Amino acid sequence: MKRLWITLTYIVFTILLIIPLIRIFTGAWAEGWQGIAEALTRPQSLHALMMTGMIVVIVTVINTLFGVMLAIYLVRAPWLGPRVKQLLNSLVDLPFAVSPVIGGLMIVLLLGPNTVIGTFFEAAGFKVVYALPGMVLATLFVTFPLMVREVMPVLQEIGSQQEEAASTLGAYSWYTFWKVTWPSIRWGVIYGVVLTVARSMGEFGAVLVVSGNIMNKTQTATTLVYQDVENFNVLAANSVALVLAAISIALLLLMEWAKKRKGH
Amino acid sequence: MLYFVVLIVLPILGIYTQSLSGGWATFWASVSDPLAWKAVLLTVRLSVVATMINVLAGTMIGWVLIRYRFWGRSLLNSLVDLPFALPTAVGGLMILLLLGPNSLIGDLAGKLGFEIVFHEPAIVIAMVFVTFPFVIRAVQPLLEEMDPSEEEAAYTMGASKSKTFLQVILPTMLPGIISGGMLAFSRALAEFGAVVLVAGNIPGKTLIASVFIFGEVESDNPQGAASVSILLLTLSFLILWTVNIIQSRRAGK
Repeated sequence: MKRLWITLTYIVFTILLIIPLIRIFTGAWAEGWQGIAEALTRPQSLHALMMTGMIVVIVTVINTLFGVMLAIYLVRAPWLGPRVKQLLNSLVDLPFAVSPVIGGLMIVLLLGPNTVIGTFFEAAGFKVVYALPGMVLATLFVTFPLMVREVMPVLQEIGSQQEEAASTLGAYSWYTFWKVTWPSIRWGVIYGVVLTVARSMGEFGAVLVVSGNIMNKTQTATTLVYQDVENFNVLAANSVALVLAAISIALLLLMEWAKKRKGH
Repeated sequence: MLYFVVLIVLPILGIYTQSLSGGWATFWASVSDPLAWKAVLLTVRLSVVATMINVLAGTMIGWVLIRYRFWGRSLLNSLVDLPFALPTAVGGLMILLLLGPNSLIGDLAGKLGFEIVFHEPAIVIAMVFVTFPFVIRAVQPLLEEMDPSEEEAAYTMGASKSKTFLQVILPTMLPGIISGGMLAFSRALAEFGAVVLVAGNIPGKTLIASVFIFGEVESDNPQGAASVSILLLTLSFLILWTVNIIQSRRAGK
């Protein structure tokens, strides 16, 4: 009986995860190193990878800062009634429930060239939609819950006694945060960062809608993969996908490591 | 706080007002467009199938990974999260390569008289792939928490294996299965990246709702896109709300 279950598990994993992963590697290698190198050194590939890198960095920084702040706020703020807190708490999960395409659509509707806010920014010489700021906003929307959800349970668990003790003893709030709160939430934050990086690197739907997918301008690595597939350039798609897959696996290993540390 | 409102709440309010800005009649017209309607129905139907598969496979895998010790267990356990870490477009590409027209499996299926890619099975596979971790990750902590003595007690009192499973183990796992399944379902409804690559997107046949929305945006019809969006949104909200209720009930016990 035990044998049977273990074999079944192995079969599901092999079919669903391992074979596809191997297929990406062999697919990219179909024409050897040269094929990969050629596909990756195309100007649009380089540009797309750079765009993705920029989005990842900006989004991760903003999301980490605001995510931690919001988590502290939601757990500690005494002036919010439990009712309000509960409402906010369920609102945090909204981006999980919203399709990324819809997330992108919202930003286009709200900030697009035909809207009030959009024309205002446009007049100021600042393009939001079909440009980097819109893409960053879309990715922020999608990654929003990851950090908050990682930090909140830790904060709830440790309680506020130590912090109160620190401030009673005369520590400034900033000092209390660094010396008391930060050490305990550190691994949760790191785990949240890894999740955010993974998600912002892989975001596709929201970015595709907001960016307009203009080659060499707003194209990211994932939308480039999509376009290459649509143009039947499978080898190139494979090579870019290989880079993304390799990074994801590295992130996965990091995630495992952070999870172990978090458990201690 | 302001950041939160601006980033999350405002856009959602925006989409509701946009879709209703033309009044009920226009909203109704774009929703009852047969293509839109078919896309939504297809999405719901395929998501249900994908969720069922995931609930069964996920429960089994969660169980095996917690209860049994065998070679490669920790490797498999870390692999579970792969679909979260992998960009969905890459996931879609994998499926396309593996089952596509020029591949071994694709040819075989073609000879047997049914096609996978650009048809419904491919969409289901893409959905299963993307939502794979949800049920497993929801079931695992419950199994870990469970006291083995309950199970042993059942055996000692002479319960058979299947009876122990159904009456002792399954009830423990049930909240996890339900909330994991709900999350998987809402994710499957929303999935875009993996599906758009493998579905072929034939209107009325393999066009799912999120791809339909994307098409409407591309063809400059934000009104239609917003109307279908709020159908999906409302559905997802209901699911999320249910999950929250289940979880807070469990915490309240």
